[in-house]
Amino acid sequence: MFAFIIRRTLQAIMVMLVISLIGFSIKSNIGDPVRDLVGERVTPAERAAIADKLGLNDPFFIQYTRFVKNVLHGDFGTSLIYRKPCLEVILKHAPATIELVLGAALIIILISLPLGVFSALKPKHLFSRFIMGFSTLGVSIPVFLTAIMFIYLFAVTLGWLPSYGRGETVDIFNNGYWNSGFLTIDGLKHLVLPCISLASIMLPLYIRLIRSEMMEVLETEYIKYAWAKGLSPKRIWLVHAFKNTLLPVVTVFGLQIGIMFAFTILTETVFQWQGMGFMFLEAIQRADISLLIAYLVVVASVFVLVNTLVDIFYGFINPTVRIAGTK
Amino acid sequence: MKSSLQKFKESYFLYSFKRDKVAMASFIAILIFIALAITAPWIAPMNPYDSNNIDIMNSEIAPSWTKGGQADFPLGTDNMGRDMLSTMLYGLRTSIMIGIGAVSLQALIGIFMGLSAGYLGGKTDAILMRIADIQFSFPYLMLAILVGAIFQIVFGISRYEQLAVPLLILIIGFAEWPMYARTIRASVMREKNKEYVEAAKVIGLSKPVIMVRHVLPNSLTSLMVISTIQIANAVMSEAALSFLGLGMPVTMPSLGSLIRSGFDYIFSGSWWITVFPGILLILFVLAINLLGDWLRDVLNPKLYKD
Repeated sequence: MFAFIIRRTLQAIMVMLVISLIGFSIKSNIGDPVRDLVGERVTPAERAAIADKLGLNDPFFIQYTRFVKNVLHGDFGTSLIYRKPCLEVILKHAPATIELVLGAALIIILISLPLGVFSALKPKHLFSRFIMGFSTLGVSIPVFLTAIMFIYLFAVTLGWLPSYGRGETVDIFNNGYWNSGFLTIDGLKHLVLPCISLASIMLPLYIRLIRSEMMEVLETEYIKYAWAKGLSPKRIWLVHAFKNTLLPVVTVFGLQIGIMFAFTILTETVFQWQGMGFMFLEAIQRADISLLIAYLVVVASVFVLVNTLVDIFYGFINPTVRIAGTK
Repeated sequence: MKSSLQKFKESYFLYSFKRDKVAMASFIAILIFIALAITAPWIAPMNPYDSNNIDIMNSEIAPSWTKGGQADFPLGTDNMGRDMLSTMLYGLRTSIMIGIGAVSLQALIGIFMGLSAGYLGGKTDAILMRIADIQFSFPYLMLAILVGAIFQIVFGISRYEQLAVPLLILIIGFAEWPMYARTIRASVMREKNKEYVEAAKVIGLSKPVIMVRHVLPNSLTSLMVISTIQIANAVMSEAALSFLGLGMPVTMPSLGSLIRSGFDYIFSGSWWITVFPGILLILFVLAINLLGDWLRDVLNPKLYKD
């Protein structure tokens, strides 16, 4: 087990090094830090002096090591748009995205568990067929289209819910970083449509996953034995079968959180939600390369961290995983 | 000896296809969409790429059956004064072209990697599959958006828009090859110890020939199943990229960029610019998904459960 954790951690570090190398080579090839600093009206001689001072004429590898060292100290350079350190900009935008993902995850859990279990227990029931048909339809609708339709229906036509922005927020820690929309009525109202839109793309996958896992468990020997023992259906379904369905579902849920972050870029664009995805698109449109690379490295490290933790966690439970990679 | 046509007529595959109304309907729908896409230059009422046909005075006309509609424009016009019906047909054409192009690229890379990994084994296998695993752990959409963003900054927006079709094929193609590589590798691992492969080895065929001529054809069923799903995914990814402004330009719109340009006008009540391309996109993807579900059930009930 110890060897497995070491191996997994080494791999994670390797991946991060490769990603930072890619990020740095993009940054060093397409950005012009001298222009970002002083603008256009500087003589070539002064430019060269500044470039020399910044170490831009050093060999690639030395510059790269410097970049990695800075990143490890939390210094990603200065954002061109915001005129602030990139990490600070990202940390200020992160809570909005995290709240969006949390809200959507909550909706997914509350809806997919009962629906998935029901359609596994009664696969021939009319309602189960309706759920399955609806989930195929759900997979086929792009998330931005769901969002636009919600805005048109609930915000433009009916006027029930606000169509963009985060509404009134509360600064939780009084330091200007975490502005929460969960604590005010207005903030919650603004959360409803974006969260449902984001949840809509993942919901069908989870309903299907829970259904197929549950159906598989229901076929196993120990469930048959439980029936033979004469336990009540409720106990068999909820205690014996459901518990064993949860493990793979939780694992997939951990991995899929990353995919949710990708979809937040789309949802945030539609709802003008001031989160990381919105910031990312702004960085693209205005060619803010430092911020773009910082986003790439931060998001990648979150993915790598989550994946590694899920893998290690899974290794604890399922020994075949940690044996697979060894010779 | 039966001819292959005869064999196909008597197969279980065709039998279950004929009995499944949903599969038939979605197959016919896909054929219609493809036919529309291919014949778009001839059947569309006007050419939306030709600026001579476009009159800005015709912009935002409602569909012909609603108030303010004109018979010349059955589904209304978009914000630039283009006929919605024609623009959608051309958009479908672009979306399908990119979808099929990207999936072909994925299949090409994936099959090559998967065959080499599965058949050569050892170090090659370990390295290739590690790469696939690592890429797999990143959401493909995120990857496509990031690469698209970098390309756009490197090329500049106007150059990017000129090269949009090949670039999108490249981006979406590279974002999802591990799917193919894994599937092919799994089926190669299953096939490579079977007798016909041994026989091929004994008569002295070279490794590449055995892989391509003998092992690959036996992996085709699994390829068919993922290809349908992958085309649906690729069309959706293209729409998402175009919606974010990293895809097809407004002058040569795909369905995604039409939806994007319509989104700016939805608050002023011009719902048709968004809704019609949206419905077309949903129907197309839905038809592929339904056919893919059926294929999966018929060809391989156990293997692709996830």
